[in-house]
Amino acid sequence: MQEQAAYNYQVVRQFAVMTVVWGVVGMLVGVFVAAQLVWPELNFAEWFSYGRLRPLHTNAVIFAFGGCSLFATSYYCVQRTCHVPLFAPKLAAFTFWGWQLVIVLAVITLPLGYTTAKEYAELEWPIDILIALVWVSYAVVFFGTIAKRKTPHIYVANWFFGGYILTIALLHIVNSAEIPVSLTKSYSAYAGVQDAMIQWWYGHNAVGFFLTAGFLGMMYYFVPKQAERPVYSYRLSVVHFWALIFTYMWAGPHHLHYTALPDWTQSVGMIFSLILLAPSWGGMINGIMTMSGAWHKLRDDPILKFMITSLSFYGMATFEGPMMSIKTVNALSHYTDWTIGHVHAGALGWVAFIAIGSTYYLLPRMFGKTEMYSKKAIELHFWIATLGIVLYIASMWIAGVMQGLMWGATNPDGTLTYSFVEGVKASYRFWGIRLLGGAMFLTGMLLMAWNTVMTMRGGRAVNDAPVLAPAAAH
Amino acid sequence: MSDFNNNFWNIWVIVITLGGILFCTLLLWTQSRARNTKGEVTGHLWDENLEEYNNPMPNWWRWLFYLTIVFALGYLALYPGLGTFAGNKGWTSVGQYEQERAAAEAQFKQAYGGLLSQNIELVANDPKAHEVGERMFLTYCAQCHGSDAKGAKGFPNLTDNDWLWGGAPDQIKETITKGRTAAMPSFAHLGPQKIKDVAYYVRSLSGVVNANTPEADRGKEVFNTAGCTACHGPQGKGNIGLAPNLTDKTWLYGGRDATLIETITKGRNNSMPAFGEFLGEDKVHLLAAYVYSLSQGNRAEAGK
Repeated sequence: MQEQAAYNYQVVRQFAVMTVVWGVVGMLVGVFVAAQLVWPELNFAEWFSYGRLRPLHTNAVIFAFGGCSLFATSYYCVQRTCHVPLFAPKLAAFTFWGWQLVIVLAVITLPLGYTTAKEYAELEWPIDILIALVWVSYAVVFFGTIAKRKTPHIYVANWFFGGYILTIALLHIVNSAEIPVSLTKSYSAYAGVQDAMIQWWYGHNAVGFFLTAGFLGMMYYFVPKQAERPVYSYRLSVVHFWALIFTYMWAGPHHLHYTALPDWTQSVGMIFSLILLAPSWGGMINGIMTMSGAWHKLRDDPILKFMITSLSFYGMATFEGPMMSIKTVNALSHYTDWTIGHVHAGALGWVAFIAIGSTYYLLPRMFGKTEMYSKKAIELHFWIATLGIVLYIASMWIAGVMQGLMWGATNPDGTLTYSFVEGVKASYRFWGIRLLGGAMFLTGMLLMAWNTVMTMRGGRAVNDAPVLAPAAAH
Repeated sequence: MSDFNNNFWNIWVIVITLGGILFCTLLLWTQSRARNTKGEVTGHLWDENLEEYNNPMPNWWRWLFYLTIVFALGYLALYPGLGTFAGNKGWTSVGQYEQERAAAEAQFKQAYGGLLSQNIELVANDPKAHEVGERMFLTYCAQCHGSDAKGAKGFPNLTDNDWLWGGAPDQIKETITKGRTAAMPSFAHLGPQKIKDVAYYVRSLSGVVNANTPEADRGKEVFNTAGCTACHGPQGKGNIGLAPNLTDKTWLYGGRDATLIETITKGRNNSMPAFGEFLGEDKVHLLAAYVYSLSQGNRAEAGK
């Protein structure tokens, strides 16, 4: 037998560890900006003002924490399900260091006030170019690995990872088209309502592909692995995959209801957002039903608890989203904290939970162990974080609906009942509860960081996991 | 005005929208007809133990999917969505806005119609008018002038008797209706020493610093020759509608040394937006009465 090749675990390990690091950093910034809303005195210097730190929080949790976890899991999954080591390992190493550089540059430039002012795409043009380079390299590594696979079929998780990688390249390049005027300043290539539409076509698909399709790929690998059960329905995965990636592309205009965007565009965005309900739920059903026959494992497997709870939050958030895209509902919910609650039901409940569960699966395998240092700590992490999410989204729901009702309330004489500041005053207590929920979620993340360090200690970096031969052809 | 510069784009939008819905329908329909064998795996195997069941899609899920498609088609028949087709209900967001606004205007007219013909001094004493005036002030004015109308840096206090554009009822009404724009030019060309001197002199006018010093004399010289008197007057007492009084202790940007030097060096630009078109004359009338009433208590007290 020829010398056996090994899977490329180094890049997976690097990204997996940085997932935990950036998770702590991004959530810490989130807790700080939440505290600034309760105590505005905390805006003590321009670099640490809410307006500059809020984009740092969103970039850090989406692209640093979420991004690193997607890189780690997709690299792990694609090698193991194609039964070959990663294609172009040097390029893979470049994606790691390039991505960390992007994050560090974000941490520096955003507090300094350099921004394109496009939501979730605030980074200035030189960083945008670096992102594009890293992303194209990522695509080469991923699809190169798929191309040299030893199995006849491509595993479902790789469809989702592949869809997410291709689409993010397209979204990033189109939305970031800008005209530089200096090293640190550029203007969007689009103007007026077209700019707004491109921005939210990008913005909603960042949710749809980065935070949904990518994490569904993660779900399709790690849930069946951890539950040791087959995926519930191949047919369902085919239909919901194509319907999901097709339909998400249309949903962006629901961010611009009742604006200068033409009525027809708003309607098209709304109806496709509603059609998106079933394709989204297809993923939830396939994940949760994969557990059938293995429900007893939930009792003492905290990793599975993370995964199943994440699917529940996914189902909830993807029901709430289409409802909020209906114009009449949106008239109440738009610009209120309800939106913040909705986003965090998805971001904390779905994205972070599936990423945390998958990372707990990955880390011990990267360090030559069978499980994390402390299973009890995972269990504790799960309960603290779950309670934190519940406090967070419940307070934001109440605050959001209250704000929407207060802003819309009129007196019998037709004038507004409440001035804006009265809505702010009434929101304080809910912002306090949100801060508590966020702080609990961060506490869980710190517990994970401790558990990670303890697992790494005395572990060995595994670089010799043999590439398995694919099962005999059927 | 049409959203499309030619009819091609209109047809394009209709075709891809309906085509997109058709794609979803056909995907679901064709895949529903595929053969599935419940409880059996497909036979593909990856990474030791990853398999897939060949279970059919849940029926309730398929019907949910169809239901959203039917809803979408119904919505497109009723509301604008397919290019320039307006939908059977004839709804537009602009139409809805105008309707809601007209209803609110009618309610307002009904509630306060009687007050609009009265002059502002009379309206200012009407408790009902005061109440609605305060509510509108908190909605439209408090962002800059503060909930207590006492202003902030760059935003004048409306409760004192110091008026930049005049405190008579009609002048207040004009300010709210048309807005105001004011500018103080930059005097950077005087150089730092002269600016320092003139700032000192200005402070001496309101008695903050001693007026009998060489510094004040030098400053006075600059004040009289550099062009300050053209707007602020020879005594620095200002002119309504042109430039503020410099001899009182009321400051729009602040009377500290550094602030004055900044004002003189860089100049100031400021504006109050026009509310006439946005609010309509009726509301401006009541707002003007409310603002007028804010300083009336002071005047009465000052007269005692």
